[in-house]
Amino acid sequence: MTIEAGLGTVANYVDERTGAAAWMKKNLQKVFPDHWSFLLGEVALYSFVILLLSGTFLTFWFDPSQREVIYDGGYAPLEGLKMSAAYASTLHISFEVRGGLLMRQIHHWSALIFMSAIVAHLLRVFFTGAFRKPREGNWIIGIGLLTLGIVEGFLGYSLPDDLLSGTGIRIAEAIIQALPVVGSYLSYFAFGGAFPGESFIPRIYTVHVLLLPGAFLALITVHLMLVWYQKHTQYPGPGRTEKNVVGYPLMPTYMAKAGGFFFIVFGVIAFLSAVASINPIWLYGPYTPGQISAGSQPDWYMGWLDGLVRMAPPIETHAFGHTISWNILIPGLIIPGILFTGMALYPFIESWITGDKREHHLLDRPRNAPNRTALGAMSLTFMLVCLINGGNDIIATHFSLTINQIMWFTRFGVLILPPIAFVVTKRLCLSLQRADRDLVLHGRETGTLLRLPHGEFVEVHEPISPEKTYLLTSHEQAPALELPAVDAHGVKRAGGLRNKLRARMSIANAETVTKVSANDLKEIEHH
Amino acid sequence: MSNEIEAIKDPGLPAHVHRKADTDPAVANRAERQVATMFGVSAFGTVLLIVSYVFVPQDKFIFIPVMGNQNAHQLGLGLGMAISLFFIGLGAIHWAKTLMPDTEVVAQRHEFRSPDSDRKEFVEAVKSGAGAAGLGRRSLIKRSLGAALGLSALSPLLLLRDLGPLPKKEFETTTWKSGTYLVTDPGNRRIKASDLEVGAVAQVLPEIDDPEHRKLSDIGKDAVLLIRLRPQEFNLEPEKLAMTHDGIIAFSKICSHMGCAVALYEQQTKHLLCPCHQSTFDVTRGAKVIFGPSARPLPQLDITIDSEGYLLARKPFSEPVGPSFWERNSQ
Repeated sequence: MTIEAGLGTVANYVDERTGAAAWMKKNLQKVFPDHWSFLLGEVALYSFVILLLSGTFLTFWFDPSQREVIYDGGYAPLEGLKMSAAYASTLHISFEVRGGLLMRQIHHWSALIFMSAIVAHLLRVFFTGAFRKPREGNWIIGIGLLTLGIVEGFLGYSLPDDLLSGTGIRIAEAIIQALPVVGSYLSYFAFGGAFPGESFIPRIYTVHVLLLPGAFLALITVHLMLVWYQKHTQYPGPGRTEKNVVGYPLMPTYMAKAGGFFFIVFGVIAFLSAVASINPIWLYGPYTPGQISAGSQPDWYMGWLDGLVRMAPPIETHAFGHTISWNILIPGLIIPGILFTGMALYPFIESWITGDKREHHLLDRPRNAPNRTALGAMSLTFMLVCLINGGNDIIATHFSLTINQIMWFTRFGVLILPPIAFVVTKRLCLSLQRADRDLVLHGRETGTLLRLPHGEFVEVHEPISPEKTYLLTSHEQAPALELPAVDAHGVKRAGGLRNKLRARMSIANAETVTKVSANDLKEIEHH
Repeated sequence: MSNEIEAIKDPGLPAHVHRKADTDPAVANRAERQVATMFGVSAFGTVLLIVSYVFVPQDKFIFIPVMGNQNAHQLGLGLGMAISLFFIGLGAIHWAKTLMPDTEVVAQRHEFRSPDSDRKEFVEAVKSGAGAAGLGRRSLIKRSLGAALGLSALSPLLLLRDLGPLPKKEFETTTWKSGTYLVTDPGNRRIKASDLEVGAVAQVLPEIDDPEHRKLSDIGKDAVLLIRLRPQEFNLEPEKLAMTHDGIIAFSKICSHMGCAVALYEQQTKHLLCPCHQSTFDVTRGAKVIFGPSARPLPQLDITIDSEGYLLARKPFSEPVGPSFWERNSQ
């Protein structure tokens, strides 16, 4: 029996027991558009699977306990030192379990790549407008996954209870402790008494290996089911419309590519883990609150938060016998809260500004949505400035600067640079639109110079293909909303200030370089 | 807008271009051999992994240019695994790209919105369902249900109460009492003022009966940094100066910002720096904050010596140490 016939038997077997033939047939032929940027989400998904596999391996030896033990393992420099069982068992995994260090490295590397892929995927979705109706819900799930990822990553690198991770927990405790009214109570409940206590690591272990992975699995399942059900978005181009989806069928091409890509991601992570060692906890020593190492750095996705906390001005309020630490609350909770809420609500904000309630399945080229692209560049700049300050000590030693210089640069930079990024990006987008327009109207520069009879030199331009012409002119250019303060019946619109704001933003949003129309092309032909 | 009406026409999907392997069997066969080779390389990776696991001792180091000394066991395992996985992926994708169908397929989308009649009926069903239950009319039920649901959320919260004890006044107290001796950490030996040279720094803890079982949570509040300057280098108010002893000044080592250990002392400038968020404290001015996010100086411990010259605390800390909290009542 050939393989084909064998698989056919399996298909028959499955259908006789489920009656799923029609549904399966439809879904095996489901069409997925192809583009490298659609792989970013896949990288996130695959590194999550790798996290589950490598994490399970680590649980076989890791002892999530803060019970004090005397180390007598194979790593001589720490011999005889008092440490927690968590730290001792992490050393055991690293030095005695064969392949243990590799698995620790794979787990940590895939966490870093998981977060990078989520952020890159988020940027792709944002800049191409893939979050628009009907995908607003999936965007919010994505923001939820990003938030969970940050928490899960922090808990994960806190588990080994080394000097560096203990310092991270100390900072988390200070944030809890700074909460008005309930802070000291919440801290005592979370830590089972005074910091560090002996309860925190066992507790976050359960959250890290059970509660949050469960939440991840549920959210990822819904996220993917929605992608499946709503069909993937696609980039604009000839033959691609809002009403169709152009790509490769799931079986066999897409299955082979996606399945192969999982192995590639796994292979690359294994390679990184083999050659680039990260988080060498044996060099840090066991945690004790009285000690610290210079250059204490969180993992990269926490760096922006740390940078914000570092640049906060030293403000505390002391009144009526109480203290409010603005220097902790503002950078540690309030600004991240505003950023993440704003990010989650962005699809609704944009549709409020544009008044666009239609479905969108064709992606935007970022230049054709200058305001959105500029807003994204602005947010990224904000994050980057924060991240730079999060590594100010490392940057200072590497580039012979003082920490004070970097801190003052970022304190001003975090306010000044994002608006500049907005304006520059918006101008760049409009310039690119103008370049597109020129390209369609005047064609491509060939590099061939022509000498005219009277001696003048001109460059020969060559018309671009009809496909390219279509690509550069197929986007929508919606006019701004018309929201006069007084409507047609002479009645004043309710919510004057809100309307004014909406009208202003709508006008800014509609600023474009008019694209080439069929008429323009005809006119050119006549010349 | 005018140009929307006269948009340039969609030329449609470009014609499909056949790959060489689609038309030339020799090329297709070569692609098949390439895919098989990649799977073969993957198998070699697995062999490397097994050999490293079984035969390479865990403490075997080898020198590799650029990378330096590497643990051969770990490197063999990692590279073997990387090769075995990576080349399965590469083979599968090469197979898909050269030999599997590459004709783009067009599928139709359908608007998610149902036909208006269905929608209307659905909305009506929801409305009449809600109406039949009397959600709108019976506000007493609505409100009492809301209150009951809200209250029921309290029970899991209440059940979490036993996670930890109440903090009471514990944020405000440390082990330091009047007359507690300063002991070295590590070592647990009392120290004399004469043990410290000018310019020296030492971490000390309060003397306790059972130093073998000192709790980390106590160290987190008790850790103190001793620094010796020349007495004339201080620029302190008289009452703060009285808390020093012959140029020796003692500060809480727990940062007043977020509780990290303020461990970096720069002898030239006499500044203490917290490595977590770079709060910088000037030792000569009683650990006044001169840079960074911390809003308060490090609390100073009042020290003196006994008749034999051993350092001890004259008084406990006069304010809570470590990061701020809501109940903290001092400037």
